[in-house]
Amino acid sequence: MAQEEYPDAAGASQPAESPAARSIKKSGVLWGELAIKSWLASCSFISIVTTAAIVILLLSETLNFFENVSPGEFFFGTTWTPLFEPSSFGVLPLVWGTLIVTIGAALIAIPTGLASAIYLSEYASDRMRSTIKPVLELLAGIPTVVYGYFALTFVTPVLRNVFPDIQVFNALSAAIVVGIMVLPMVATMSDNALRAVPISLRQGAYALGATSYEVTTRVVVPAGLSGVMASFLLAISRAIGETMAVTLAAGQTPNMSLSMFESIQTMTSYIVQVSLGDTPSGGVAYQTLFAVATLLFAITLVINIISQMILNRFREVYE
Amino acid sequence: MSQFPDSTLAEQNLQMSKKSVLELRNVNIFYSDNQAVNDVSFNIRRNKITAIIGPSGCGKSTLLRSLNRMNDFVDGARVEGELIFSNENLYGKEVDPVEVRRRIGMVFQKPNPFPKSIYNNISWGPLINGYNGSTDELVERSLKQAALWEEVKDRLHESALNLSGGQQQRLCIARALAMEPEVLLMDEPCSALDPISTARIEDLLFELKSSYTIVIVTHNMQQAARISDYTAFMEMGDLIEFNVTKKIFTRPAMKRTEEYVTGRFG
Repeated sequence: MAQEEYPDAAGASQPAESPAARSIKKSGVLWGELAIKSWLASCSFISIVTTAAIVILLLSETLNFFENVSPGEFFFGTTWTPLFEPSSFGVLPLVWGTLIVTIGAALIAIPTGLASAIYLSEYASDRMRSTIKPVLELLAGIPTVVYGYFALTFVTPVLRNVFPDIQVFNALSAAIVVGIMVLPMVATMSDNALRAVPISLRQGAYALGATSYEVTTRVVVPAGLSGVMASFLLAISRAIGETMAVTLAAGQTPNMSLSMFESIQTMTSYIVQVSLGDTPSGGVAYQTLFAVATLLFAITLVINIISQMILNRFREVYE
Repeated sequence: MSQFPDSTLAEQNLQMSKKSVLELRNVNIFYSDNQAVNDVSFNIRRNKITAIIGPSGCGKSTLLRSLNRMNDFVDGARVEGELIFSNENLYGKEVDPVEVRRRIGMVFQKPNPFPKSIYNNISWGPLINGYNGSTDELVERSLKQAALWEEVKDRLHESALNLSGGQQQRLCIARALAMEPEVLLMDEPCSALDPISTARIEDLLFELKSSYTIVIVTHNMQQAARISDYTAFMEMGDLIEFNVTKKIFTRPAMKRTEEYVTGRFG
């Protein structure tokens, strides 16, 4: 049998014709290779250089800012009026505005997103899944300014019917649209995390007489938890950085009010306000832009690093 | 086609049926349009080890998975015929598949411990099913039954994923035993293990026989010959022969069986 299957076996073992005829030495410096390699490398350095330049610019302007304003006033002051007299540079109202919009958005996006992910990965038929996933991705592709417009022209009027004393610009509608905006991110990332849980674990659980609900909540979600958590953190980071929708929906009133019916201002919408306004460059008011941007950058960077650490742990679980 | 060419065996089977836990009557299994198992009938006896052997793709795993309705999770899988367990057809309309799996446990080809502690791997099944005795006792008893207790008793709360492959498989057996199933199905439980771990699991199956009914699918004919009391030989979805193991391996009735068990094909 074996001989019939490999009729060439004997022939192949004979040495090929004069193998030494072709040299294996380099035929010269490979300039073409070198040029391509350098070009590719320089492309990849563009993003590094840009990032470094932005960070250096932010930090140096922030340092200039702190020569004029004490860090104590910036970080702990509760009044933010940098653009008019008497000026005050307490950033907390902006942080607060960002915080309540982010928390509101997270309260919407996290439970709904996780529930959609569970439905998609554990319950939906392949057909249902292949319908829902593209719609979610479409939702993720809508420009954020459209969400802002949607908040102003649709969400707020609807809210008005329920809460008559809500302001035109309010934190609640901003939180709702940002929640809807980051929902697809939570849903698709969590879905991927849950689907990465091996089928064999589900089968093991079913074979012990577990119901679908028990398998999902007690085995699949805990096993995929790090990926799910990472999706939450990235969604939160995205909500913190969200700009256009929040600027349009929540207005520009730095405010530490507990009420979500009032206009607030987030860190990002302050940056929009100053960038679009007629603030002269070089002054303290102008420098606040960089101080706020640095703070925003630091917050999202920390959250992204944490979520990356969680994701890395996740990768090791089954390998 | 006669599946029981030996007429005395057919009579024996009839008498056996009282001692049977599971009775397969004209079982046909389909995946969408493909038929994977053709008209299979035999009985699985209490407190015995029944082996299902046959070449790859013969339908043996499919048949095994139909015994506790694990095929429910395969899109397009359909089971026809009767599988009688405690006087009910497993595929009857009123049967709760979850309850079926509580009473007919399964160990899979690849060890699949949950990413939880050793202790929680064992206690999980009974706890979700309303067990309210002492979980400490349950864990110890199950691990002892699976011959794993001595190796893990000092690290019950460590992750099960730190165990070796052989230990993980015994943990999966312990996990299934903790449910005190009436039947334990095993789908090539040693195929991913080294010879020493395999020998340990085979010893274990001998001990478990006194309290459990075991159905094992195996690719390894020596294993079937060593451990089982009854053997079913399948090929291309057909049950070629079912008999006491000794007969299958010494005086098989069918030529195909003889060719397979003597290693002439497969």
